[in-house]
Amino acid sequence: MNTKKNKMSGADIFFECLKREGVEYIFGYPGGAVLPIYEKLYDIDFLKHILVRHEQGATHMAEGYSRATGKVGVVLVTSGPGATNTVTGITNAYMDSVPIVVFTGQVPTHLIGNDAFQEADICGITRPITKHNFLVRDISELASTIHQAFYIASTGRPGPVVVDLPKNVMNSITEFNYPDKIELRGYKPKVFGHQNQIKKAAMMLQKAKRPLLYVGGGVIMSGGNRELYLLAKENNLPVTMTLQGLGAFPGTDPQSLGMLGMHGTYWANQAVNHCDLLISLGARFDDRVTGKIETFARNAYKIHVDIDPTCIDKNVVVDLPIVGDVKHVMAELASEITRKPDLDEWWEQINKWKSECPLEYDMSDGRLRAQFVIEKLSELTKGEAVVVTDVGQNQMWTAQYYKFNHPRSHITSGGLGTMGFALPASIGVAFAVKDRPVISISGDGGFQMNIQELVTAVYYKLPIKIILLNNSFLGMVRQWQELFHAEKYSFTDLSDGNPDFVKVAEAFGVKAYSTDSPHNVEHLLREILDYNDGPVMVEFKVAKEDMVFPIVPAGASISDMIIRRLDPKEMV
Amino acid sequence: MMHIISALVENKFGAFNRVVTMFSAKGYNIHSISIGETEDPTVSRMTIVTEGEDKVIEQIVKQLNRLIDTIKIIDMTNQPKVQRELMLITVSYQKGTRSEIIDICEIFRGNVVDINNRTIMLEITGPPDKIDAAINVLEPFGIKEIARSGTVVLRRGEQIRKLPKEYESDHKKINGDKK
Ligand SMILES: Cc1ncc(C[n+]2csc(CCOP(=O)(O)OP(=O)(O)O)c2C)c(N)n1
Ligand SMILES: [Mg+2]
Repeated sequence: MNTKKNKMSGADIFFECLKREGVEYIFGYPGGAVLPIYEKLYDIDFLKHILVRHEQGATHMAEGYSRATGKVGVVLVTSGPGATNTVTGITNAYMDSVPIVVFTGQVPTHLIGNDAFQEADICGITRPITKHNFLVRDISELASTIHQAFYIASTGRPGPVVVDLPKNVMNSITEFNYPDKIELRGYKPKVFGHQNQIKKAAMMLQKAKRPLLYVGGGVIMSGGNRELYLLAKENNLPVTMTLQGLGAFPGTDPQSLGMLGMHGTYWANQAVNHCDLLISLGARFDDRVTGKIETFARNAYKIHVDIDPTCIDKNVVVDLPIVGDVKHVMAELASEITRKPDLDEWWEQINKWKSECPLEYDMSDGRLRAQFVIEKLSELTKGEAVVVTDVGQNQMWTAQYYKFNHPRSHITSGGLGTMGFALPASIGVAFAVKDRPVISISGDGGFQMNIQELVTAVYYKLPIKIILLNNSFLGMVRQWQELFHAEKYSFTDLSDGNPDFVKVAEAFGVKAYSTDSPHNVEHLLREILDYNDGPVMVEFKVAKEDMVFPIVPAGASISDMIIRRLDPKEMV
Repeated sequence: MMHIISALVENKFGAFNRVVTMFSAKGYNIHSISIGETEDPTVSRMTIVTEGEDKVIEQIVKQLNRLIDTIKIIDMTNQPKVQRELMLITVSYQKGTRSEIIDICEIFRGNVVDINNRTIMLEITGPPDKIDAAINVLEPFGIKEIARSGTVVLRRGEQIRKLPKEYESDHKKINGDKK
């Protein structure tokens, strides 16, 4: 126990705790209930407060920062509307297991429950969307609560934690006691996998003829990319990744099969269908990955490594569960393998699938395609950039055509699919990443959600490269309308409603370009990559009716994937 | 199938709520739920009766375990246990039926706890099937109101909470792995 005998206010204790947690940035927005905190903040210099333009933006920024660094992202907002504006961002972090701590102001304790001005029961509201949350009712609990919040957010399966801070608690005075140890009798995350289970997994792997590693975001979160690389390389194993797993294994490596699932590559999904051993590493058998559960990897013995026991047997019943930190489990698994499996035949088959149905798009009509832009971007940046994407076709094309070579380089809203994520998240990334380009990719729809954060990027002179893929449509919804809803393009055509994006960007102070010609793509990409005087945007006007292929229709078996749009000639 | 889950949770603001929220968020049903302090005032025991296939129950237990405020979760369904529920039931009576109702109450080892010139209130405790049986028998007299406490259970012969996880395997060695 630290027993300094000096008395401190709640607001002072708040900052002292953040200092001890090593917080560098707070993404925040002030208001009445957090005035005591902002009063202290005025003179604080060990961390930087980033003023956002909407509290949702703050949560996505904290998430971007966290996903780029592995550290906990921190948000500070006021009570009532400030707190409720964070709900989407908190849910997003919950669905993608990202450690953020959100501090919300609250009305004074004696007014709680009175429908006081700007009172909202944010603990009640966020209970199902947080890993845990706290209402600090007494200053004596403040320091230990903040300490626990950071611990809970960042350990085990990470996730968001909300700490609700009534105004009077921030104003009261007490002795500061920072607990060195955290004792939570109901929370003891398990790190090491069961030894015997790991031995069994190694045995299965040595016997397998058609093994496949199915890698999710958990590998990146655990910092296990090196262990994955060794396990895969030493045993010549094919690796397929989920949307959140991209970057865990180098996309340019011949052993990478790219993404699996709804918009996965043909050869990755074929490998899933035909493998005899599926090892899931930090992935959760999401419905966007499995398609129809009953037919998913139906011939395979399934091993599931995850730190969260609730993930195991939730969607797919597996043959061998291993609960533990995937980084440790992979290292141990690799060390248990004495005889490498012979996979020549399996690789021959996979490579045949690959040449049968490569990813392709058609630009013979001369009109620009988003896939071309992403392919060029991947080439020019050599897979070294941090790419933040929004939701929709732009997201899927980036996942398919950008070859991510590093972990923490593909940052996207997966579980929740939150449009408006990319711009604020890329701002959070840009505070953390200075040595690699930070690229934000949005569609014309999503760019207009949280567009206000352009100001934040300009104000802090963040050299974010914004790529706007403007197809004048809510493209992904349009795609489903074309394929599954009788071509009724109900409220997805934005062509008459979209603003002049270049003018909008310029009004915010962002340097901006626009083109609809494939010939301009390379030099404009070079232009924005070289531009370092704050944010820069380029709008690519792409073909309206293009679709993301392959696609596995929702709920269908992944063997029923649609490879490309039927050519009218083929339809006769 | 009905399952009885016993959960030791932190006796803290919001802990009960978190458990209930988990059930509704995941779409699990709650047949009955009861909560009260234990011998340790910082710990409450919740007894939850829920229904579902084995796979669902397994998820429920895991999801409960995942909550930060839960200390220990046990599926009591197949454990040796004592299971009780308390019911207060108000029944109408006519001239001739009052003593008949009191007889029934005695058969169920209940108590008469209130009476006025039209109704009589009984207190009956026991396992839920006994309570159900009492309701069935009293039905024809005209039931006015029922309040049931929900099930509470304790495992026979040991105090679960005094057995930290680390000792569980030793315990199994000593007692033999009961199958
Ligand atoms: C906040 C939010 N609202 C609605 C949706 C449903 N939705 C998913 S993709 C999509 C279209 C996105 O359009 P755009 O941003 O232009 O991207 P595109 O698909 O055209 O690349 C919509 C509306 C969503 N994911 N998020
Ligand atoms: Mg669009």
